[in-house]
Amino acid sequence: MKRRKYTRDHVAWNLLTVVSFASFAFFFLFPLFRLIVGAIWTGNGFNLEPFKRFFATKYYMQAVANSFKVSTVTTLIAICTGTTFAMIMRYFKIKGKKVVDILLLVSTITPPFLGGYSWILLFGRVGWVTTWLKNTFGIIFPGIYGFWGIVFTFVCHSTMTMYMYISGALKNVDATLNEAAASLGCFGIRRIIKIIIPLILPTVLSTALLTFMHCFADYGTCALIGEGYNVMGTLIYTAFLGEVSRDATLASAMASITLIFTSCLFMVQRWLASRRVVEMNALHPIEQKKPKGIVAILSHFYIYLMTTLAVCPIFVVAYNSFQKASGFLFLPGYSLDSYRTAIKRLGDAIQRTYAYGLIAIVLIVVIAVIISYANVRHSSSITKTADTLTMFPLVVPGTVLGIAMVLAFNGAPFYLNGTAALVISVWVIRRLPYTIRSTTGVLHNISISVEEASQSLGANPFRTFIRVTFPMLFSGVLPGALLSFIASITELSSSLMVYNFKTVTMSIKIYTEICKGNFGVASAMSTILLLSAVVVLGVLFKVSKGNYEFTL
Amino acid sequence: MSITINIEHAKKAYGKNVVIEDLSAQIKPGEFFTLLGPSGCGKTTLLRMIAGFNTIEGGTIAFDDKVINNLPPHKRNIGMVFQNYAVFPHMSTRENIAFGLKERKVKDPELTNRVDEVLEKVQIRELADRMPSNMSGGQQQRIALARAMVINPDVLLFDEPLSNLDAKLRVEMRSVIRHIQQQAGITTIYVTHDQEEALAISDRIAVMHKGEIQQIDEPVKIYRKPRNLFVATFMGQTNILDVDVNGQDISISGTDVNYHFERIRKDHQITKGKLVVRPNDFTFEDAGIEGVVTERIFFGTITTYTVKTNIGDLVVTRDVNEHMKSIGETVHLAIPVEVVNVFDADGKNMSIMEDAG
Ligand SMILES: Nc1ncnc2c1ncn2[C@@H]1O[C@H](COP(=O)(O)OP(=O)(O)O)[C@@H](O)[C@H]1O
Ligand SMILES: [Mg+2]
Repeated sequence: MKRRKYTRDHVAWNLLTVVSFASFAFFFLFPLFRLIVGAIWTGNGFNLEPFKRFFATKYYMQAVANSFKVSTVTTLIAICTGTTFAMIMRYFKIKGKKVVDILLLVSTITPPFLGGYSWILLFGRVGWVTTWLKNTFGIIFPGIYGFWGIVFTFVCHSTMTMYMYISGALKNVDATLNEAAASLGCFGIRRIIKIIIPLILPTVLSTALLTFMHCFADYGTCALIGEGYNVMGTLIYTAFLGEVSRDATLASAMASITLIFTSCLFMVQRWLASRRVVEMNALHPIEQKKPKGIVAILSHFYIYLMTTLAVCPIFVVAYNSFQKASGFLFLPGYSLDSYRTAIKRLGDAIQRTYAYGLIAIVLIVVIAVIISYANVRHSSSITKTADTLTMFPLVVPGTVLGIAMVLAFNGAPFYLNGTAALVISVWVIRRLPYTIRSTTGVLHNISISVEEASQSLGANPFRTFIRVTFPMLFSGVLPGALLSFIASITELSSSLMVYNFKTVTMSIKIYTEICKGNFGVASAMSTILLLSAVVVLGVLFKVSKGNYEFTL
Repeated sequence: MSITINIEHAKKAYGKNVVIEDLSAQIKPGEFFTLLGPSGCGKTTLLRMIAGFNTIEGGTIAFDDKVINNLPPHKRNIGMVFQNYAVFPHMSTRENIAFGLKERKVKDPELTNRVDEVLEKVQIRELADRMPSNMSGGQQQRIALARAMVINPDVLLFDEPLSNLDAKLRVEMRSVIRHIQQQAGITTIYVTHDQEEALAISDRIAVMHKGEIQQIDEPVKIYRKPRNLFVATFMGQTNILDVDVNGQDISISGTDVNYHFERIRKDHQITKGKLVVRPNDFTFEDAGIEGVVTERIFFGTITTYTVKTNIGDLVVTRDVNEHMKSIGETVHLAIPVEVVNVFDADGKNMSIMEDAG
């Protein structure tokens, strides 16, 4: 009897993984590799001169120190604010919790650079609050610039990200654990420290690392609000694209250093994630209590304050867009002039942005489904490698990815610079890890016997995938995909590196207008962008019935 | 019409771990055949080899004369029912049931007619247009059963279909399954670890242990004439007594009680053996193994006693209508020779099996 294993599907899925992974590698690993090699190898010998210069120059080292300072301070504050926020929301009945949750979800669609921009509108040199303070009290507020401005903006943004992930972890802490602790005489703060914190610590730490890395190499926010407070992101950008002191080798040297550093953090993050031995699945989620007295007042105050800070940018921008404006000055009275100019200047950038976003999201879903399905159902060393390496973009800063792409695809034989392909692939790569994670999660919840039932009823593996697996996957994957769509169309740091005038997108237009000081037009453009994001969010709420969960 | 399943020298290994070494069995046309055994003995593995979800490392499995070793599952024309129901959550009851028919390109009105007919048969007509997500386990299992039946499969395969249901539903569903199977006359293989379920539902039972079939027989024979000690103990609670054997005469070690066993052949050389007595086989008589009642549990229709004897504690169950013994009472236990079995040191039944019945 001839022996044969039914590995045709196995082989097919592994092949599909290889193809998907190869395209991922081409647009991601290859550029990063080129970046590092290009930084140390001149073609006929090693050249460590840019590195030496970097480490020997006080100006650059100062920026490195600044980056560390900003990221560390932001992360520490965000851990406290985010964890507190999550705990209050999980354990106390807060009035208007539903509204708060919706507002927070809306706030996550605001890209950090827009946050920075709106804080300038409020607390900048000619901001509303600054002007109001001067006119009413004669207090001269120097404006929210420099170190604390950056930290403030990042904290407002990161607190919410922290909250979403930690809240997911808290949901899985079983109430009986809590009760067991209480029955053993462990109460209140002691219980939080002894039981809850250790359980959610892995999630907190890995979210903290992500926050740290996001801050470490951010460009947009620091450029807008830093005003000469140099960090790695701004240094890399100016060295690569700046008008003066352009120096591509130095830029790639700095990008390489950043990359190596964030990669180390990534390893730490993966290690932490793999050590998450406490697999929890709460049958009895903790019941929410009504807070009393001073605790009630403080909790409500805190929740409302943080929520306001998180959504404030959106409302500021929206309000501004209807004001009469001239340059960076807003005049009394309202008009739609800003919108007229905005729409004229945006031109076909609007359609382009949505078209790119849609293409990106289709690609993301296809690749994510292939890689996670293959890894869950037809696991092999190939699929495992693909699964692990596709997590890597999580920690590659947008600026670094942008530079790497430009350097790799600029010249012969690709000539891809400024093409739609490059912009779209940047978006795909940056969002792929999130979608792969959520798809894998959904797949683990689909019992293999459902697929086997389909095959036993006569559907071949391909038809089973189309008629059973994919429809079941789709509803689980859709929410994540919609969030990725929003994140893609609002992406700035790497799009800024790879675009040209033919592939300019909305967020780039907004950034350019801000830089030119056309605040009215920038606000109008931002409102258009955010509005479409809100529409997508509405769809998300509809399809997920408000049950969307964030996991890492 | 109904098909025969021939399993010859089938072998299964997961990597180096050989789960089934060499297994042969023939399942007759239209038969309800049950694989019974403790968890981990390889029942699911064998069933999935027949379904095509497991590779076969040696030997052959044939439907009638057609060897199906290399036929993928979707071409085997089987209906399978899973422990976790595996109902398609994104399809209504009707769509679930129509799934296999659509794969077979069956068109309306035949499609609707066949679905309606089977809905009627498993009594879930009123669920036809609902989604399965909020249905009970019993309802979902009925959908799964209907879905497997409607395609007129050559073989029906069940993998512990009732073990996620509560006790009452289990009894109800097992008669539904049995009834429908008999009507349709489809060759059926049913996997379970529950011996009571197996006895109630099967035409024949194969008792499995560590990847090997210990005995294939009708339920009564499996229960009354277990081929070996494993089957005897697996089929329910037992008292195992050491005995000295001398031809057809058997004396219970440590007592002066003797029995004469007609069913054992005379010409053997065995001197030591084990006598297996089920709790309800013992009777209280004037003579027999002497002991004292130390515990009495009343279950409604039966009463269970623990009797302390000088060969250990023995468990006895008697009908409730019988006069009850009280704790501390001295009793004598007799053994009805015609229903109990003696096993040799290797655990093999010493009775002549052919006349069993
Ligand atoms: N996919 C698998 N890979 C490796 N070993 C397996 C696999 N499935 C089952 N086994 C092993 O095969 C043996 C029999 O399992 P199974 O057929 O599921 O038993 P049963 O259904 O009788 O409880 C067990 O020891 C189990 O560990
Ligand atoms: Mg099993």
